[in-house]
Amino acid sequence: MSYEVVGITVLWIFLYGYLIVASIDFGAGFFSYYSHITNKKHVVHNIIQRYLSPVWEVTNVFLVFFFVGIVGFFPDTAYYYGTALLIPGSVAIILLALRGSYYAFATYGAKDSHLYSFLYGATGLLIPASLTTVLTISEGGYLVVDNGNVQLLYGELFTSAYSWGVVFLAIFSVLFISAAFLTYYASRAKDKPALEVVRKYALSWAGPTIITGIVVFFLLGKRNPVHFSNMMDLWWMFGISFVTFVAATVLIWKRRNYGTAFVLVMVQFFTAFFAYGSAHLPYLLYPYLTIYDGFTNDAMALALIIAFIGGLLLLIPSLILLMRLFLFDADYVEGKK
Amino acid sequence: MFGFEYDPVIYSRILTSLTLGFHIIFATIGVGVPLMIAIAEWMGIKRNDPHYTLLARRWARGFVVTVAVGVVTGTAIGLQLSLLWPNFMQAAGHTIGLPLFLEIFAFFFEAIFLGIYLYTWDRFKSKMKHFLLVIPIVIGASASAFFITTVNGFMNIPQGFEIVDGVLTNVSPLAAMFNPATPTKVAHVIITCYLTSAFILGTIAAIHLIKGNNHVYHKKALHLTMVSGAVFAIATAVIGDLSGKYLHEYQPEKLAAAEWHFETETEAPLILGGILTEDNEVKYALEIPYALSILAGGTPDSEVVGLNDFPEDELPPLWVHYAFDLMVGIGMYLSLVSVLFVVMSWRKKWNPLNKPLLWAIAAGGPLSMVAIESGWVFAEVGRQPWIINGIMRTEEGATTSAHVDVMFVLFVTLYIILGVTCAVVLRRMFKKNPVEHELEKRGMAQQKRVSNE
Ligand code: HDD
Ligand code: HEM
Ligand code: HEM
Repeated sequence: MSYEVVGITVLWIFLYGYLIVASIDFGAGFFSYYSHITNKKHVVHNIIQRYLSPVWEVTNVFLVFFFVGIVGFFPDTAYYYGTALLIPGSVAIILLALRGSYYAFATYGAKDSHLYSFLYGATGLLIPASLTTVLTISEGGYLVVDNGNVQLLYGELFTSAYSWGVVFLAIFSVLFISAAFLTYYASRAKDKPALEVVRKYALSWAGPTIITGIVVFFLLGKRNPVHFSNMMDLWWMFGISFVTFVAATVLIWKRRNYGTAFVLVMVQFFTAFFAYGSAHLPYLLYPYLTIYDGFTNDAMALALIIAFIGGLLLLIPSLILLMRLFLFDADYVEGKK
Repeated sequence: MFGFEYDPVIYSRILTSLTLGFHIIFATIGVGVPLMIAIAEWMGIKRNDPHYTLLARRWARGFVVTVAVGVVTGTAIGLQLSLLWPNFMQAAGHTIGLPLFLEIFAFFFEAIFLGIYLYTWDRFKSKMKHFLLVIPIVIGASASAFFITTVNGFMNIPQGFEIVDGVLTNVSPLAAMFNPATPTKVAHVIITCYLTSAFILGTIAAIHLIKGNNHVYHKKALHLTMVSGAVFAIATAVIGDLSGKYLHEYQPEKLAAAEWHFETETEAPLILGGILTEDNEVKYALEIPYALSILAGGTPDSEVVGLNDFPEDELPPLWVHYAFDLMVGIGMYLSLVSVLFVVMSWRKKWNPLNKPLLWAIAAGGPLSMVAIESGWVFAEVGRQPWIINGIMRTEEGATTSAHVDVMFVLFVTLYIILGVTCAVVLRRMFKKNPVEHELEKRGMAQQKRVSNE
């Protein structure tokens, strides 16, 4: 594999990591708010808090990793996306800032307020919507470069069916992933009432997720035929994705093996995400920027890859420790610690 | 907006200053406070004194709230650098991407252990085990300060690459990272983070004592923070002196601007305060003979390069002099106050808890934060007009996008909201659960009598 491909793969893995952990977090925020207004808060609040409190900061780092890493590996992305995305990027920063800090204020400041809860819920849906604009733009046609000036075409962005399709897909996926995880977590916590609530959430978001997924798949065909035909070549990966989706939903529906069901959901998104990503190559920004012309020099690439491997050797044991203490420690999950 | 013509460069600069200036408050606390927590927890174990353990516990609780703001503002900087300085980041990605990338690993490491640390106070049988968890937090926080400061060092003394026909070649990421600015800069930044954190925590203890809250808990807190503060303050002054020598060697224009030093000469005097007239005459300033030559080169006959030796359009604004003086002045003040406290508590006959000294200590926390801000203003504005010294001018690095002004207004609003809520939440947290309550709850109330009042 060339350095370019290693680089983009590393980054894509981190983005996938963010997709999963952030979806859990974003969805949990929404469910927490939703249960607040439907007076079911006491039922699900506990498991949401117990899981999220120790890990929220870790979630954020995945994202930072991605956008710092992409500038390291592909410095030219800073130029194109940086110039074009001033407004959506700033909006995302503000939403992330409000979300992160108000979560901490509510949790550690120990005050339960309606405002905090609302901010936490609303940002959970708005952030994925604003972040996915980057993926939308990368398909081409939303951005023009004339004599060195990069400009985003807001009219095009806000009126295209594809871009709205992606937004909805992002929101539904967030809710589905999150509910599938919370179902598993509630079952580990042996919290029956919470399990009933979140299981219902998982089942109700399964349908919208897969339907928008399929719709967006075909909308992309109109938007970027090159990318679409590359994706068709990888049809089997989307096939696996669909099969794992069905299997996960059936398990949850039959109230069995929630852990396996969540792993299947992760596989569902892994295959779809990587099929989408590898079909997108070599373009980082269609048709302006490919991974080859935007790549950093070899010395930096090698240094970053070594740093990455060294970093992983440090992080993986630490993450395992974190998970053993909070995710797989039955006493903690059940609230006995 | 604001009645003058829109210029994305100006707005990008103001917005960057704003974000960094806000972030640095929380970043400083984020680097320094874990060390103070570690010291307190260690003392608690070694002396078997639950007061210190409680100190660590309460500091950690406040710390999470500030970390949260540090994390979100740091995320803002990370993204904003690409949004506001796309050309700079394009160049930086090629040369200095490595430490930027490593910084995130350091955060990651810190974040994981912080999560564990906070939720495991009573989970392990051995207290030592819990103490061990704070070590990776201290290391992670200081390592991230190290990495990011090497980036800033690179902007001051770029090296580790060549430019052939306008193309970057021969890049050496390690040479870029370990540039000549790195040693003094990193040392000075990290030690001042420790210093500032010690003083901020000292301020809290001092205020309790001033209010007549004479519990030993607060006295121990004050003693701990001031002894550490004295060590850090002296180290800061020593490293600050080395930073001056670094400037003399590598960035003489910055030193000359800080000192309003126009003519190249030996036996140069140090200028404190004063004002500059239209034709660059220094008035009302305090001159210390030979001091600048000594600061710069170690001996009175060291030659110090003056501003007149540089092209006019490559000079930083001369008001950085005030920022420099403010930082150094506060540095002197902090050393004085903390050393005085240590000496007075050491001599049995003297009472270090007298009101004037307590007030002086209480002022130390906010002042040290002012020193951090003015130090950064001096270092950053003193580098102007360059964003990468000698390579890329600031205006070449900036975005060309319209609307930076609107973003500026949005971010001002955001930081006001965050800052205010953060303060309110911290106050409420500690008001609702005062030390006395917590001591009682944990069965330590009887120790009140040990107080020597
Ligand atoms: C509590 C904060 C604080 C205190 C008391 C001091 N400093 Fe400082 N100083 C900083 C906080 C700081 C800083 C914020 O950390 C800076 C800004 C940029 C940097 O690298 O560190 C800095 C930069 C800085 C520089 C510029 C380095 C550069 O641009 O590369 C010099 C020459 C000094 N300092 C010298 C001193 C001296 C002689 C002090 C006397 C006691 C002193 N500082 C106290
Ligand atoms: C250009 C300058 C800077 C950038 C790009 C930057 C970037 C960041 C980012 C992305 C985060 C959030 C990390 C996370 O999600 O956990 C962060 C937080 C933090 N930054 Fe900065 N930073 C800068 C300046 C500094 C400086 C100068 C220091 C220290 C001297 C510093 C220390 C910290 C600390 C300690 C935190 C974490 C908050 C905490 O854990 O307490 N940063 N920064
Ligand atoms: C690595 C990326 C960095 C970039 C691109 C950067 C760039 C800039 C620029 C362009 C300015 C505006 C200067 C002016 O208005 O005259 C500025 C100001 C400032 N920077 Fe840096 N800098 C970086 C690193 C840092 C670091 C690591 C810190 C530490 C916190 C820092 C602290 C500051 C502060 C406090 C100001 C405000 C100075 C003022 O008020 O003008 N910078 N920075």
